[in-house]
Amino acid sequence: MSTDILQAAQTRPLAAAPFDARAEGQRLMKDWYTGLAEARERGQHVANVFVMGNAIEILRSFDFQLVFPEINSLQTGVRKASEEYLRLSEDYGMSPDVCSYVKADVGLILKEQRHPAGLIPKADIAIASNMCSTFIKWAEIWERMLKTPAFVLDLPGQRGGNWKARPGDAQHAADSRWIEAQFRDLIQKCEKITGRRFDMDRLAEVEERVNRMMFHWNNVMTLNRVCPAPFNAMLDGLTYIGIMNVYRGTPEGVEFMRRLEEQLKDKVARGEGRVAEERFRLLFSGTPCYVSMRRLVELFETWGGVFAYSDYLTFASGGMDAGELVYDTSRPLESLAEVTALAAQRGLSNQFFAHERLAQQIRDYDVDGIVFHGIKSCRFVSSGMADTRDYLNKRLKVPSLYIESDLIDPRYWSDAQIKNRVDAFFETLHQRGGAAPLAAKAVAAAGGSPA
Amino acid sequence: MTAHIPYDHETELENVLERCNAARQAPLPDKDSLPEGFSGTLGHFPVYFPEEIAHAAGLLPINVLGGGNRLELKHADARMGSFVCSICRSTAELGLNGSLQGLTGFITHPICDAAKHLAGIWTRNFPEQLAQILYLPQNVNTPGAVRYIAAEYQRLRGELEKRTGHSVGDEALRTSIRTYNRNRRLLRELYALRRDEPWKLSCTESYLLTRARTRMPCEEHNALLARALDAVRQRNLRAKDKPRVVFVGGFCEQPPLEMLETIDDNCYVVDDDLLIGLRWITDDVPESGDPIWALAESFVERSAASPVQHDARKTKEGYLMEMLRASKADGAILTAAKFCEPGLDEQVAWSKHLDQERIAYLVLEFEEKMTSFEQMGMQLETFAESLLFALA
Repeated sequence: MSTDILQAAQTRPLAAAPFDARAEGQRLMKDWYTGLAEARERGQHVANVFVMGNAIEILRSFDFQLVFPEINSLQTGVRKASEEYLRLSEDYGMSPDVCSYVKADVGLILKEQRHPAGLIPKADIAIASNMCSTFIKWAEIWERMLKTPAFVLDLPGQRGGNWKARPGDAQHAADSRWIEAQFRDLIQKCEKITGRRFDMDRLAEVEERVNRMMFHWNNVMTLNRVCPAPFNAMLDGLTYIGIMNVYRGTPEGVEFMRRLEEQLKDKVARGEGRVAEERFRLLFSGTPCYVSMRRLVELFETWGGVFAYSDYLTFASGGMDAGELVYDTSRPLESLAEVTALAAQRGLSNQFFAHERLAQQIRDYDVDGIVFHGIKSCRFVSSGMADTRDYLNKRLKVPSLYIESDLIDPRYWSDAQIKNRVDAFFETLHQRGGAAPLAAKAVAAAGGSPA
Repeated sequence: MTAHIPYDHETELENVLERCNAARQAPLPDKDSLPEGFSGTLGHFPVYFPEEIAHAAGLLPINVLGGGNRLELKHADARMGSFVCSICRSTAELGLNGSLQGLTGFITHPICDAAKHLAGIWTRNFPEQLAQILYLPQNVNTPGAVRYIAAEYQRLRGELEKRTGHSVGDEALRTSIRTYNRNRRLLRELYALRRDEPWKLSCTESYLLTRARTRMPCEEHNALLARALDAVRQRNLRAKDKPRVVFVGGFCEQPPLEMLETIDDNCYVVDDDLLIGLRWITDDVPESGDPIWALAESFVERSAASPVQHDARKTKEGYLMEMLRASKADGAILTAAKFCEPGLDEQVAWSKHLDQERIAYLVLEFEEKMTSFEQMGMQLETFAESLLFALA
């Protein structure tokens, strides 16, 4: 987005009150897709980024139009079009056993970038962090198929259990130094691509907006510690993280988060929950199945079960909700490296030691049970899940449910099987002395659903 | 007084291979059976690990390579999804069934997400062991990479010092580097020999010889390799009518020996990426100066390639083409372990590229636990015949 365009976007009237997060989220996502389709006409440079470890702040300071291939892929699922893309990539040679987001994206390339939401521009650069190893393989596919140069952003992650990443200590300093070196390298590449000089003040501006977004985001998350929870982390929350990513560091993003917090505060003050009668507070571990995301939530809300939180909201929003992660805009680049190092260790790569984060979230959100959603094609989320479940069951005695499907591949969603398991889980919660089951009585509230 | 037994190179090679095969199948040495000079064992997962640091700390490096095709999974099925590759599942099983109980620690790497999760599984189940991810960088192209790796190696050195209770001096590290440099030279000779006279040493034999380092001190491995090389050079075997091929896809999960034997029956494997982590550093590591820096710099400046290491200087297609060119191969065997995401992705890229380059290849999927090789044998036979026909 050029500066002019960015300023024009800032002056665009925002949705009138009362704030409807779902409608506003949908509008913003639609605008984003329109922006993507028109990027080349505007002469704007384009960057592919992922939701974990992406240097968005630097890219925005150069006015790159950002493409989120993960969001493009999940949107094929939401729009019930994923199977076509997946089959195309499998016909091309991709294995049934690899990430379905990658496969949907290969399908997109084979369809010459025609996405159900519009034309996706080819990128001038792709930023792939090592937080999910598949990001790197994915970027290598773009290098081959689209000739898009990849910049691998290597973020030193959590090295072991009970790892304390402390700002300012020698380890954090060494990790930050390495990340800063890579940011400087990336800046040079961006200067070459755009023909523009890096502007430190622009970076500080973007960071200031990210700080404000994070402030509201953290407050929004905290509001769901209240009973009844004002939103469902795995339905409403998906809209929120969409905006957190796509509009990170923008005026629209700040305004969305501010108004969202305001709306949810009012809801909490009225004692209004996501469901009419909240009976079970749950924690969701893993990613959604985007082809059946409403159905998945419905299966739980029918029993009065609400997902008060999900680790997905942490790692899929950049991992910055782990506290103390605020940019010091008086030293933008150094601070970006320092905060990125902490976010990588506290909010992203700690997925590999998931028991620690989940144990904390069980306490913070006072949940009655955990639902683990194993994703066949996502090793980042799923490889240690069964072991984590076993560990938490033994130590914290929190009831849990394990279900399995896929990110966007409808062929792996087995409705009857998942429903049986969900029903049996609630029967168990009831037998443990939880709230009485509301047999066959839907209590799902009408409001709140994702973009 | 023992009678003098005349030297016979075949017997000598047989003895060495027998020792190597025994080492492959041997249980982890316990405290009492540790080789002299070692106070414990340090497990590490593929692909690359700077063994010199463990070696200098007096910890015997044990490259944990999964459970092969004779291990029954009794615990891991309940701890890792069925969609995770065999080597990660069987490694977890080896931990959970007590086979790796005596390890001082277990180090894994950011090669893939399943491998990173092993550190969490270790942390939860074996709290007495040092369980960590050594964050080797996926960006080796930005200036500052060597400095970062050196810091990471220093961190590892510190962790091992804490575990062993004694410091790891620079001189000890230099001694280890010298020992491993000799190993690297011998392994290079082994591969050169296979490239130049593949009829003298099969891929299976070479694999067994290389793999032995995963279970014995480097010094002993050096002695075995030297003996094997002498014996192989004296082998008087004739070249058979087999095509020359490059084998790729064995960088992490290990193909069963029977699979390698089936390939040997049909082709001469003149280069491969089997156990590439043990051969990662492609030249001598500097033996003077700061040894940690020397190791870190070697990781960046004199290293091999694999599907799980991004390096802008080495495209995956580029290094495969270089392997084919340097070994004068007629074709390639492109394998991937089942459920190995990076391997499966690469297999597509490689096959598309070889199509473009009009180079013959065979695609095979394997699993360490596979036990039937008949169908694979038929595929290989057909592939070899078609290559020979094209060459005729």
